Amino acid sequence: MSRRSILATAALGTVLALGLAACGGGGAAPTPGQTGAASAGAAAKDEFNASIDKIWNPSDKKGGILKLANNGTWDSLDPGNTYYGYSFNFIRLYGRALLMFKPAPGKDGNTLVPDLAESLGETTDGGKTWTYKLRKGVKYEDGTEVTSKDVAYAVARSFDKKVHPSGPSYLNELLDWPKDYKGAYESKDADISSAITTPDDQTIVFHLKQAFGSFDYIVQMPMTMPVPKDKDTGSKYQEHVISTGPYMFDKNEIGKSFTLKRNPNWDAALDPNRPALPDGYEVALNVNADDIDNRIISGDLHVAVAGTGMQTAALSRVLPDPALKARADNPSLQRLWYTSVIPDVKPLDNVDCRKAIQWAADRTGLQQAYGGELSGGEIATGMIPPMLAGYKKISTYETPGSKGDEAKAKAALTACGQPNGFETNISYRAERPAEKAAAEALQQSLGKVGIKLTLKPFPQGDYFQLYAGRPAYVKENNIGLAINGWGSDYPETFGYLQAIVDSRTIREAGNYNLSIKMPEVDKLIDSIKGEADEAKRTEMWAQIDQLIMDQAVTLPGVYAKSLLMRGKGVTNAFISDSQQMYDYVALGVQQ
Amino acid sequence: MTAPLDVSGSAGEAAPEAVLEGASGKAIVGRSLGQIAWMRLKRDKVAMGGAFIVVFLILVAVFAPVIVAMFGHPPLDFNQDQIDPATLAPKGAYGGMSTEFLFGVEPLNGRDLFSRVVYGARISLLIAFLATLLSVVIGTIMGVMAGFFGGWADTVIGRTMDVFLAFPLLVFAIALAGVVPDKAFGLSGDALRIALLVFIIGFFNWPYIGRIVRGQTLSLREREFVDAARSLGARGPYIIFRELLPNLMAPILIYATLLIPSNILFEAALSFLGVGVKPPTPTWGGMLADAVRFYTIPHFTIVPGLAIFVTVLAFNLFGDGLRDAIDPRSR
Repeated sequence: MSRRSILATAALGTVLALGLAACGGGGAAPTPGQTGAASAGAAAKDEFNASIDKIWNPSDKKGGILKLANNGTWDSLDPGNTYYGYSFNFIRLYGRALLMFKPAPGKDGNTLVPDLAESLGETTDGGKTWTYKLRKGVKYEDGTEVTSKDVAYAVARSFDKKVHPSGPSYLNELLDWPKDYKGAYESKDADISSAITTPDDQTIVFHLKQAFGSFDYIVQMPMTMPVPKDKDTGSKYQEHVISTGPYMFDKNEIGKSFTLKRNPNWDAALDPNRPALPDGYEVALNVNADDIDNRIISGDLHVAVAGTGMQTAALSRVLPDPALKARADNPSLQRLWYTSVIPDVKPLDNVDCRKAIQWAADRTGLQQAYGGELSGGEIATGMIPPMLAGYKKISTYETPGSKGDEAKAKAALTACGQPNGFETNISYRAERPAEKAAAEALQQSLGKVGIKLTLKPFPQGDYFQLYAGRPAYVKENNIGLAINGWGSDYPETFGYLQAIVDSRTIREAGNYNLSIKMPEVDKLIDSIKGEADEAKRTEMWAQIDQLIMDQAVTLPGVYAKSLLMRGKGVTNAFISDSQQMYDYVALGVQQ
Repeated sequence: MTAPLDVSGSAGEAAPEAVLEGASGKAIVGRSLGQIAWMRLKRDKVAMGGAFIVVFLILVAVFAPVIVAMFGHPPLDFNQDQIDPATLAPKGAYGGMSTEFLFGVEPLNGRDLFSRVVYGARISLLIAFLATLLSVVIGTIMGVMAGFFGGWADTVIGRTMDVFLAFPLLVFAIALAGVVPDKAFGLSGDALRIALLVFIIGFFNWPYIGRIVRGQTLSLREREFVDAARSLGARGPYIIFRELLPNLMAPILIYATLLIPSNILFEAALSFLGVGVKPPTPTWGGMLADAVRFYTIPHFTIVPGLAIFVTVLAFNLFGDGLRDAIDPRSR
């Protein structure tokens, strides 16, 4: 299960106006459920990857109960306190944020569309204030009308990280909160008009510290889902979230299971994005992951809600069986698994020693460690995944079959003055078998040229706070290599890459950027901030990627993919680029 | 199990009495307790089977490099050509078993399971033997001191044993194995991990053997032969080494044999939990931990699982047989 990456907050505050090119489109786009050809009864033909870039088994038939299971549990069902990717996907069934990603297959799914708001955000001062107008007549499950003050309250309550520690902190950093503001609970009567104003019940205005062009991507997150002030029970609110979406909570046992039923006060006319096909949802929590896979295969369950892909054990069952493989989908993720090559540690301060690692690494072995070509991913050549702007195949360290080149590695070692190799340590998160396998694979292939690695497992909860993300610890303990991974919160290169390549984000501890300290890269990032032309920005991102690989400070592993399986009897299944798993808003049940 | 003094077997070696009848012309030879025990043990086929397997395992562990050179591949080498890149499972049937890879290969990276199990025997047996030795040495010294001197020595040692017995060993083992650095006490790498595991497993198991030794010592020191030695002027050390220890050897030996399999299991458990010898060095427990993720490829679990099972069973059968042979009344 991968938590959405928490971006370095300091970096966000400095972001200047970026173009809104990625946020085009808008308006009330017809949803797949409403446009798809309704085929009653006859199920669509199973085919591998049938849900990628297209809708599998389109239908607009309502009814049925969709059964889901989670191998863990939600960080919280509270819209102000959740940060899992699947939660962002699922929460749209019982909550409406200002904007949302369009439920559409493939690239189209990256488009932002208005949800609670009437249109995308409007700014007149280059991105420093953002205005949203709410749709009139949207109601809570109890029939009271939603006002812009509820949205403002929801944002103010999510500010309090003591009560809501899990949610993203983008709005805490971006908005111009009053000094010493502590959130809606502790600073009850504080005047927050410097950050949010609500001129009338239909309008909400956000005031930012600095211009930020991608603000629309932030307000599609669940923190802007309205919360009625008189129903807010703080950290207990997740036991009964007051719904604005097509479904509301029926039974809810935290940590065990919950069910959703139709919300009688949801008006389809005011919601162009949600087909709301099933009559309800049943979600089981803390179910064994292998058990979930088996139950999806047998047809007992529809969806593994965590959406991180099938377990390794299921691969050898599903892939060799054509009937089962035909039910599987293999989407790409906006995620990179890589290894930081840390130049603070001797002898990796010498670029030739770092290059030796690039040449010696057997990338096919690494790919297998991460789960193979289907559930692991595609062999990566740089830092930017193919889904994001600036991606380019980098061929600097290409070797036949991606197996590594011992001769070139030895030549690089000689150039570095360590012809017989050297010793260093490699860290990884102990709880993650794929990272352990990756470390072992590197140990094996680097060992062939005399680079001796010692494995250093650390608990994942403290990995960045105490160990690999703490430069002092890294230097003292000679951690030359650190297994790492990074995914984006929203489909934009800046939000993804800046936090892991900008050297100015590096702090005393808690770093995600472990190895990239290049003034050229920092300079390019600054030029990107000031560049209005998207094509030029894309070109500069590609340049950054190439510079990093020339300095060999990271060893890319794979651009992640996952292997998902459509449950028996689902309709309208597709994978959108924004969710990178089945879009839960669209899924229906075969009638 | 056979009866200790069964006369129904071959008359010549069944029991001393039988010799009296059947021996024609041969001189009557008295047998020592050891000879009688050995005779009983030899007749216990189950125990001898266990002993045979134990000897075989020890030989395998000692000659692991030779065996692997002849029948396997280096235990750390990846053989990814044996693996299906999509499913990560071995390409061949039955986990890739073939004349080339006798027990098949590991999923994911294709390491030779046969070689890894053979090398795993080294770690398992080495740690189990050394840890047992440590327990026995400490346990015997403490037990004899407590039993022989009595008084405040007995009180202090007895309470210490209680503390050790009440110690949450597994938790402590995990914590200690986690914080020890890579280089300590002049050791590093696998040698340090092995030393650490021997210390954890051996040092905390001594009270069990200590209590048995103390009890035996208590009863022995009141016996006539000890009184006789004492009345002839023998001092403490002489009595301990010449009178008590030889009589303690039997229970110590039995207990040591039975302690070895439990130590093997403990080492496997620690490796399974990831605090044993570090990867990529093969250990049975570590292999089992890796195999959990691949439960659809059962041979990966079965091979190290069977190795642990057979070893523990063999030691237990042998230990039981040994106890029956040395101390028939205990059955």
